[in-house]
Amino acid sequence: MRILVCVKRVPAPGARINIAADGQAVDTAFLGFTMSPHEECAVEEAVQLVERHGGEATVLTLGPSEADEQLRYAASLGVARAVLLPITGPDWDPQRTASAITAAITDLEAADGAFDLILFGNESADSGGFQVGIRVAHALGRPMVNGIKGIDVDGDTLRARREADVGVEVYEVPMPAVLGVKEGINLPRYPTLKGRLASKKVDVAQVVPQAEAGGQQMVRLLPAAEQVSATVILGRGPDAAAAVVDMLQEIGVLK
Amino acid sequence: MILVVVEHDRGTMSPATWEALAAARALGEVHALTIGEAADGLVDQIGNFGATVVHQVHGDVLGDYGPEAWGEVVAQAVKALDPTVVLATGTDRGNEVMAHAAARLDMPMVANVIEFGSDELTRVRWGGSLLERCRLDAPVRLLTVAHHAFAADESPVAASATPLAVELDPVLSRTLVRDRVERAAGVTLATAPVVVSGGRGVGSAEGFAPLQELAAELGGVVGCSRAVTNNGWRNHTDQVGQTGTRIAPDIYIACGISGAIQHWVGAMASKKILAINTDPEANMVTKADYAVIGDLHQVVPAITAEVRRRRG
Repeated sequence: MRILVCVKRVPAPGARINIAADGQAVDTAFLGFTMSPHEECAVEEAVQLVERHGGEATVLTLGPSEADEQLRYAASLGVARAVLLPITGPDWDPQRTASAITAAITDLEAADGAFDLILFGNESADSGGFQVGIRVAHALGRPMVNGIKGIDVDGDTLRARREADVGVEVYEVPMPAVLGVKEGINLPRYPTLKGRLASKKVDVAQVVPQAEAGGQQMVRLLPAAEQVSATVILGRGPDAAAAVVDMLQEIGVLK
Repeated sequence: MILVVVEHDRGTMSPATWEALAAARALGEVHALTIGEAADGLVDQIGNFGATVVHQVHGDVLGDYGPEAWGEVVAQAVKALDPTVVLATGTDRGNEVMAHAAARLDMPMVANVIEFGSDELTRVRWGGSLLERCRLDAPVRLLTVAHHAFAADESPVAASATPLAVELDPVLSRTLVRDRVERAAGVTLATAPVVVSGGRGVGSAEGFAPLQELAAELGGVVGCSRAVTNNGWRNHTDQVGQTGTRIAPDIYIACGISGAIQHWVGAMASKKILAINTDPEANMVTKADYAVIGDLHQVVPAITAEVRRRRG
C-alpha cells in the first residue's frame, strides 16, 4: 500500500494557550509543539498498515519551516518519506490549505503513482475547521469519511469503523480513498533510538505552495469565558467522605 | 431564508438539530432540509422548533446516512433554494456534511459557531478553550452550530412539507453506512448521570478498581484523562476531553486529574464537578464546584464506604 498522512504542527495538548497581544495568533514563546493528536494516530495507523500489507508511508505538512520537527518525528516512527510545504506568517485558511495540499498530492502522484490511502486527522487540534481533508478528497474525486476509529483492508476495499450514538457504523470504501481518523484508533508507539537516528537522515522534500486565499478571514482570537468557581472545599483526606456524601444527597445523585 | 440541515439517524432527529433550529430563528425565516424518506415523519417535530417549510429529499442513494451523498444534497439544495445562511449541527455528521457541501460549492465553511454578528462570526477553537472572530466572504454562509451553545427552545408553528428534486450520481453510494454494530443497552460515558474519572494521579491500571467501585455504587461509569490512555491504563473509549468524549453528567468526580484545558473542555458541561486532588492549586480544583484535598487512594474508598454505610 502507498499511504500518505497529512499532519499539522500545533502547540502540545495540555499546555495553557495564551493569545498574543495583537490577538492574531497564539503566544508560542513558552509552548512545546507536536502534531495534532488525531494525526499522531493517523501516522501510527499508516505505519501499522504498511507493516501488515507492505508498501510505504509518506508524511506531508503545510506549515512553518519548524514543522520539519513533526515530519522527522513521523519518520522516527517508521514513515519512509517526508514532504514540507513551507509557509511564513499566519495559518492559511482551510480552502487555501486544501488547494495547496491537493496540488502537492497531484505532483507526488504524477511522479511516483497514486496513493491507495490518504489519511488526515478528524480535525486539527488548534483551529478545528473540520474540512481540509474533505476538500482535498473532493478535489481528487475520491471517497472520504471522517471520524474513523478502525481500518481493515480487504482487497481493494477499506472497511472503516466509526463510533456513533447508537453504536458503531461500518463503511466499505473503495481505494483509492481518503479517511479522517480519530484518536483511539490505536495507541501510538514511542520512537526507538534507532528510529530517532534514522529520522535525522531522512531527506525532507520541500515544495513552496501557491494557492489563493479562501473566503474565511480570521479577525482575532479571544479567550473563552473562564468559568469562575468559588470552589467549596469539603475537607481534607478520607475524613471528608461524610461531607462528600452529604453533598451527593443534596444534589440528588444519591437517594 | 435560513436553511437548517436536519441531522437524523434513520428517522430519529438529533437533539443538536433542535439547537440549530432554535439558533436559526434569530437570523430570519427558517426552512429545514430533510434527507431520505426515513425523515418524512419529522415535519411536526421540526415545526415545534419554528421552521415553516420542510424540504424533503428522496433518492436511491439516500437509504442510509452517507457523508458524500448528504453533502451533495445540501449543495444542490443551496443552488435550488437560494438561502442566505445554511446551518448544520456542530457534530461528527453535521460538520462532515457541511464540509462536503462546501467543497462541492467551492465556498468557505465555518465550523462550530457560537455567535452570529452582523458581519462577524464567533466560533470555537481548541475544542472550546479559545474563540475566533472571523469574517466570511461568500454568497451563502455555510455554518455549523457548536453543540450546547444554544438552548433548544421550542417555538411551535405548523410546518408544511414540500418535495425537493435532486439528481444524485449512483457513485455517491460508496460512502453510505454499510453495516452497524449496535451498542449493548446500558449507560455510556456520554449519557451516564455520574462519571468517576481518574488521571495520572491514579498511578496504574489496577489503581482504577476503587474508582470502578464508587462508580458502580452511584450508578455511574468510569472515565479518565488523556494521560491515562497514553499510558495504556484504560481504553480510549473512557477518555474525557477534546479528543475523547464530551460529557454532561449530574456530577463529575475527577480524581487525581490536574485539569489541562483539553480535558476541561470535555468535562465543563457537567452540572457539578467534585475534584479530589492532593494539589489545592490544580486547575481542576480551582474550577470545580467542590473539592477534597487529599490522596484519592484514601479518599475514594472512604466515600464508597460512607455511601454503603448510609444505605445500611
